[in-house]
Amino acid sequence: MALIDIENLEVTFDGGDRQVRALKGVSLTVEEEDSFGIVGESGSGKSTVLRALCGLAPVTAGRISIDGKPVPAPRDQAFYRRVQMVFQDPYASLHPRHTIDRVLSEPLAIHGFDHAEKRVEQALEDVGLGSGFRFRYPHQLSGGQRQRVAIARALILEPKIILLDEPTSALDASIQAEVLNLLDRLRADRGLTYVLVSHDLAVVSHMCDRLVVMQSGEVVEELTREALQAHKTSEDYTRNLLTASAGFTRDTARRR
Amino acid sequence: MNPLLSVENLRIAFPSRQGPVEVVRGVSFSLGRERLGIVGESGSGKSQTGRAILGLTPVTGTATADRLEFDGIDLRNASASQWRKLRGARMSMVMQDPKFSLNPVMTIGKQLMEAVKLHGGKSEARDKSLAMLEAVQIRDPERVMAAYPHELSGGMGQRAMIAMMLVTEPDLLIADEPTSALDVTVQIEVLRILDRLVTERGMGLIFISHDLRLVSTFCDRVLVMYAGKVVEELDARRMNEASHPYTRGLLNCLPTITGDIRPLPVLVRDDAWLK
Repeated sequence: MALIDIENLEVTFDGGDRQVRALKGVSLTVEEEDSFGIVGESGSGKSTVLRALCGLAPVTAGRISIDGKPVPAPRDQAFYRRVQMVFQDPYASLHPRHTIDRVLSEPLAIHGFDHAEKRVEQALEDVGLGSGFRFRYPHQLSGGQRQRVAIARALILEPKIILLDEPTSALDASIQAEVLNLLDRLRADRGLTYVLVSHDLAVVSHMCDRLVVMQSGEVVEELTREALQAHKTSEDYTRNLLTASAGFTRDTARRR
Repeated sequence: MNPLLSVENLRIAFPSRQGPVEVVRGVSFSLGRERLGIVGESGSGKSQTGRAILGLTPVTGTATADRLEFDGIDLRNASASQWRKLRGARMSMVMQDPKFSLNPVMTIGKQLMEAVKLHGGKSEARDKSLAMLEAVQIRDPERVMAAYPHELSGGMGQRAMIAMMLVTEPDLLIADEPTSALDVTVQIEVLRILDRLVTERGMGLIFISHDLRLVSTFCDRVLVMYAGKVVEELDARRMNEASHPYTRGLLNCLPTITGDIRPLPVLVRDDAWLK
């Protein structure tokens, strides 16, 4: 049985006189210890899938179940013990006036974990920062270091599922490699399940075994990594994405 | 033929508590009517280099150079009125994020026409603006003219920005990460527009980006910057022959769709590169 099962998920944002249907019936399943990717352009609804899973977007129809059980609404503490999220922008997702220690201890206090001190130090160690970073503020860290803190915050509750919303798009290429390696290692060590959202096909292809391509609130195509690497796709949209990811070519310029 | 722009030993320093910090340390290059890419990570000084050419170094910083010449005009001691004649009319700059660089309370049309009017051509301002929006592949220019920046998508906003910078037909365009905030598919479209302008109008383009792979497919020549210095200058087509370990590291650490190397090779920095 699939770990995450999403069926006909619909999300509608109500803007008074205008309603935006961000997701128009999305279905997908993620197996345990799998790494699952969602690609698409901005506005395709890829991040909304993650936010709906977490209870951060207004679900208007459809079902989400984890381990065969429908998720409660609003999500309860037990849910967040199992599912944690890492956000896109490490400059915006950490409280500027809280030390790293406070950022990491807060979830522990909420969920009543013991040995908070030891856990904080261990979490920093796990993401390769070391306890020297414990009493610093976010502005004293670089973007890559901040994203490591965000990953540590997600991992500190020992969840099974991590939702990653463009975890490296705000980072430099060299730092991106470090963070991707870290995520890869943590998944292998702890048997985590990832759902990774990105607009970068190369990142998704590197990280994920299976992926879906989304366009304007719908799943266009589901692919395995092998199919993506072999350019075996049946949809024009996916093919366009693949061509665009290869970089600029004078030939495509002439063809238009 | 004289180059369009020549820069020799450009240095930019900012004061700090520990004394002045040099963020650009002796950059030299010359530009003809071609596409020059400047690549580096955040903090490598690539954007400051671009800004200094337009005299837009922040007031706290100081930019010095042995030579900074645009089409025979010495830019180092240019007066305010000289700058006014150059900026916008003969050289202009496209910034990274359309959300922050367009005026949020003015319609696109008004902002575009302002640029045209400032540099002469009051009567045909509207026609020129419409034509320029069409030139950057905006399908419904009338609607976009009347729209406010928040009513446009990122890609449209960036195209409107490019239209604004090009409506005066400058000789030199500095594009600072013009496509980083855009989707891959839109990114290619914007590049196509820039590419056409360079080939058709003979414009000089400085393309500043952190994306080495993209730059290598788009530009003619690439300068790789590290910690305020140009560590390597390359023919874009010969990217694979890069010899500096930093350039090699940058190329290698990118994941590829077809490659399956894990863990990804990580860039190991060498203090010797700083010298």
